[in-house]
Amino acid sequence: MNTIQTVIDDIKNTWGEQVEMLEDKFFHMIKVPQQLLPELFNKLKQVHGFNHLANLTAVDYKDRFELVYHIYSIPDNRKLAVKADLDHDQPVAPSATSIWPTADWQERELFDLMGIRFDGHPNLKRILLPDEFEGHPLRKDFQVKG
Amino acid sequence: MLQTEQLTINIGPQHPSAHGGLHVEAVLDGEIVVDAIPHLGYVHRSVEKIAESRTYAHYVPYTARFDYLATHLSVMGYVQTVEKLAGIEIPERAEYIRVIMGELSRIASHQLCIGSMAIDIGATTGLLYCMRDRERIMDMFEMTSGQRLLAAYMRIGGIAEDLPEEFFPAVRSFLQDLPAMIKEYDGLLFGNEILQARLKGIGKLSAEDAIAYGVTGPNLRACGVDYDIRKAEPYSIYDRFDFQVPVGSNGDAWDRVVVRKEEIIQSARIIEQALEQMPEGEVRAKVPRVLKPEKGSEVYHRIESAKGELGYYIVSDGGEKPYRLHVRAPSFVNLMVLPLISKGGLIQDIIVNIATLDPVLGEADR
Repeated sequence: MNTIQTVIDDIKNTWGEQVEMLEDKFFHMIKVPQQLLPELFNKLKQVHGFNHLANLTAVDYKDRFELVYHIYSIPDNRKLAVKADLDHDQPVAPSATSIWPTADWQERELFDLMGIRFDGHPNLKRILLPDEFEGHPLRKDFQVKG
Repeated sequence: MLQTEQLTINIGPQHPSAHGGLHVEAVLDGEIVVDAIPHLGYVHRSVEKIAESRTYAHYVPYTARFDYLATHLSVMGYVQTVEKLAGIEIPERAEYIRVIMGELSRIASHQLCIGSMAIDIGATTGLLYCMRDRERIMDMFEMTSGQRLLAAYMRIGGIAEDLPEEFFPAVRSFLQDLPAMIKEYDGLLFGNEILQARLKGIGKLSAEDAIAYGVTGPNLRACGVDYDIRKAEPYSIYDRFDFQVPVGSNGDAWDRVVVRKEEIIQSARIIEQALEQMPEGEVRAKVPRVLKPEKGSEVYHRIESAKGELGYYIVSDGGEKPYRLHVRAPSFVNLMVLPLISKGGLIQDIIVNIATLDPVLGEADR
């Protein structure tokens, strides 16, 4: 099995400048343009055995959204964090459901609470809030007080 | 010719086996399940948004309300994440107390899973036996924190207060009686032919599907995958204990409860070792009253909770409140396989599948 360093090297060799390495205390962390995500995920899963998408979430930085994927491999337990920036006015990202089915509800949750659209998601509906709810509470500009 | 059409019925959210507000839309062809679609959100309290307006210390009691059936594990995940983010070391004794309380929570949660599974399929006595034994753990929680269910006993930097004197005889006598309890569960429940018929071969999940759908915890191990975060990526002091990871083979409802029963025994082993190794000393590190982790720092930390991989993701902007907090709730992710394992089965098996997946909705809906 490939060590995490060979995985990083492989990613660097394949996509070169498009991949940005981020400093992090706990994770090997990379940032890629969102268009690259499906290709990258495919490679991570098929070639490098990253079969467990543990966590998928996003952060609202007011001028952009940042998607965060925490990906592990079972059983050899390597870990990698992948980030991608999204436009704040039109946050759209490719869905990861075809690669990791577990992305299904986690993407629906992000759509529901953060208002991020996922292209290619089979059933992108609100999951925690009622369908008729207006707005996305986890956005920073959401009005909390009446 | 007989006209047949599909019938949709709603199970929950107000239903004894809905485990606290789960709504399943069951599409039926006669007795056969065509689809079982979970609808969530009945217990949604927007805890991730609330976190953005509370200081790190203020948020501790909220975390106790995620998985209220294993409250110490829920809190432990959070306080450890904050400690990792802020680089706080906690005293040895506090680590041991956390492990003891966490494993007691795991036992209580699994006992309730087994018991509620029993009553969901009609074996009332099974619930009473499990509740009777779980009660002793609740008493111990009350001794230590004054709270039985939502004990926010852990603090950032350690534990609120040291264990009281009366805790030790209580936990020792509980551990002593545990083999007899397990023997009773074996005789009453697991040795029962009717229960076996209701569980064996029901709601089968393959190891590949389980991993692909992000299923973790006892539900994943029931499929034969030896994956426990306490072993795979040891946190706290779990690398100091000798324990096994019980693994099933079929991934059916039966394996899911049997794995939980075995885990109770292993958790008891961990508690025994922890009681033996526990040093004297402080239980709380000196932590600044207002915690301000470095600007731009972030962390994803995960622990093996009673339900599976419980992860917290926190981003700091250098302020006294989290800029963003996300909870990776195992119950939420595990529930995703409910349609997959229920399709093609009988309607009564949906109840079995919900009970053996053991979701807790406070955590799934957040």
